[in-house]
Amino acid sequence: MNTPQQKPVPSRVRQWLGSALFTACLVASITPADAHNQSTAFLTIHAETRRLDVEWHIALRDLEDAIGLDTDDDGLITWNELCSRRDAVCAYALSRLHVKEHSIPLVLHFNDMLVDHHADGAYAVLRFQADRPPVAGTFSLDYGALFDIDSKHRALLRLDHGDKTQVAVFTPEHPDQEFELGDNHSQVVPFTSFVREGIWHIWTGYDHILFLLALLLPGVLRFERNRWEPVTAARPALFHVVRIVTAFTVAHTITLSLASLGVLHPPARWIEAAIAASVVLAAVNNLRPVVRESSWVVAFAFGLVHGFGFANALRALELQTGQLALSLFGFNLGVEVGQLAIVAVFMPLALSLRRLLFYPKVVLEFGSACIALIASGWLAERLLDVKWLPF
Amino acid sequence: MPAPCSSLMNRASQAERSLSQLVRTAATWVALLGVSFCAKATPLRPGNGNEVLERVRSAPLDASARELRMARQRLSAEPNNLELAIRFARLAIERNSVEGDPRYLGRAQAALSPWWDREDIPSRVLVLRGMIRQAQHDFKHALADLDLAVERDPTDAQAWLTKSAVLAVTGDYEKARQACIPLAQLAPGLISLAAAANVSCLNGDAERGCAVLRTALSNPAQPDSRERVWAFTILGEASRRLGREPEAEACFKRVLELAPRDVYALGAYADLLLDQGRARDAARLLSDGERADALLLRLALAESLLRPIPSNFAMHTNNLAARFQEGHLRGDFVHLREEAQFELSLAKRPAAALRLAQENWVIQREPADARLLLECARQAHDKQAAAPVLEFMRRTHIQDEQLNRLTESLEP
Repeated sequence: MNTPQQKPVPSRVRQWLGSALFTACLVASITPADAHNQSTAFLTIHAETRRLDVEWHIALRDLEDAIGLDTDDDGLITWNELCSRRDAVCAYALSRLHVKEHSIPLVLHFNDMLVDHHADGAYAVLRFQADRPPVAGTFSLDYGALFDIDSKHRALLRLDHGDKTQVAVFTPEHPDQEFELGDNHSQVVPFTSFVREGIWHIWTGYDHILFLLALLLPGVLRFERNRWEPVTAARPALFHVVRIVTAFTVAHTITLSLASLGVLHPPARWIEAAIAASVVLAAVNNLRPVVRESSWVVAFAFGLVHGFGFANALRALELQTGQLALSLFGFNLGVEVGQLAIVAVFMPLALSLRRLLFYPKVVLEFGSACIALIASGWLAERLLDVKWLPF
Repeated sequence: MPAPCSSLMNRASQAERSLSQLVRTAATWVALLGVSFCAKATPLRPGNGNEVLERVRSAPLDASARELRMARQRLSAEPNNLELAIRFARLAIERNSVEGDPRYLGRAQAALSPWWDREDIPSRVLVLRGMIRQAQHDFKHALADLDLAVERDPTDAQAWLTKSAVLAVTGDYEKARQACIPLAQLAPGLISLAAAANVSCLNGDAERGCAVLRTALSNPAQPDSRERVWAFTILGEASRRLGREPEAEACFKRVLELAPRDVYALGAYADLLLDQGRARDAARLLSDGERADALLLRLALAESLLRPIPSNFAMHTNNLAARFQEGHLRGDFVHLREEAQFELSLAKRPAAALRLAQENWVIQREPADARLLLECARQAHDKQAAAPVLEFMRRTHIQDEQLNRLTESLEP
């Protein structure tokens, strides 16, 4: 071992020795494995079909260094102090986290602030909700909190969607990352839910129901000698209805597919207006028949328009192309099931009532007039972009 | 040697570890992260507005904490001012050693970021970079920094000191001793004496090292209590290795009188108590030590030995598991020793513990690392794995009763 020689110490070293730092570093020298709670934030994102929630845990010690929480400067941070700095915390957080979809930002809205006690101290828990979910199932996160004051800060992201979870780490070198909800989306939205959406869309989309009814009402009658007569046998009536429903189905499947595949996408508002117009025309045709025997042609022609309407509904499910075929098929299947259910309820009723005197007058003509009136209201609404009908 | 998720090289070159690799391994960690996230309590809204959530400094009137804050404020006004950045970084590094909170290392690095990656990095920043890297267990790069620093300025005592410490931690005692020579000339006193004595104590000359420390510490003229803390800690650990447990305990008690929160001394003292089967004393000593991983690990070890097992034991082990997983995700590799110990003694997975202890042995070679690897090899029934440690012990003539006992138990 070397005996230190008593030489004059250079002034700079004396300066070092004079400061507590020199020994501090010495102690650090032999204590490399003291504790390892470096600055870490935790981000949890729940991505669902209809919403995107963000929960962000930031250590109070980090926030104290970034924006200052200890307002009374006593070395302690109380819940009151944290609350009094809530707006500053929120503004800091929102300025350091950007969620984007193809460079269009998803705006985060602050929901709530809570506290969580992690193993290494207390964390502020910030909850945000995006103004909309990412439509295409892809989004990017740009994370920039604390990196400027702590090079070892890391944010650990857990992204939950359905029963799938992805993780990522944000570092100063990788602050910007992209996420795909893609492959796992079948887990998020199972096939049956597309079918359910399809059925639901028909049953709650009164315009489709009324259009269908307008086509079906005269199905059990024949227009002869300027008046409606009941058909004698049920069989041709059934064939007539099957023809109409099939034509409608084939037509809307074509346009639904074309629109979903991105081949054609007419503006939603005009499509909605055209659908309303189709209901009006179908109802008026019952009152003053223009098209008689070949009403399946009407069903086909207007079915094309309705298909575009279904496509808009399908798009609202925020599906991305990876699952298009499945969702298209499921949704369409749902539409057919919903439609057949309506037919199954309507036809027995209509067949049993067709010989009664009031059927042509009350059911068909009055019914069609009502339908035409309602649909005219829709048409006006959709053309003028206003809303006054309650349905 | 297969590593559980990422190769050793990845761990060793954290800086080069690319994100894509991380993403690939991420799937492995998904399940673990689930544990990590679940280990946290449910977020809550405190009922009482005056409830204290966090303590940001140990004492309300902690002067050095205020000094650090002032330094940060001045630096944030002039982030490219080298003098201000160096001042803040030094204070932050100091806080890390006092508080045992490595957050301060990241803060220091951020302050130095305008110069950190520059080819013409200023010499003073180079030394600080070496110190920060050393504290983050990046010994390879730390040593490169410090080698360059003493080459640029052979009169930089701090660089020589830190270099000596890195070499001692990595088991390169000959070079560590050589670094102490210029240090002793540049900065005579307890510090350089203790640095050299530390090497002697590890390198087969423990009696003389201890004698030098004892003599130096008996001199009441030594002014700085921090220097005494360090020297007492070295003496205490050396005494423990020599089997002089009462002297070791006296040393650790002196340290804790001078610095009650000293994380390293608390850990060393707790190790001694655990060796002596005094788990209750160890648990009492560490009752406030949940924040530092190293202390939390020892607390959980002590609790696992108590009957009945304390109610906090499950929470403490869960927290440890969560922190190790967080460390993996972060890409840290500072916790290998603790994680190996955790796997061995708490999770009771000797094979996994052995892999970690082997990885750890490549990075650091302190007596505790040697002991851990031998213990893992013994419990995993893999004598071959102990060979590097046995070779190291023969070569360095290290004097350590616990290591000798373990070596005997490994002999056929």
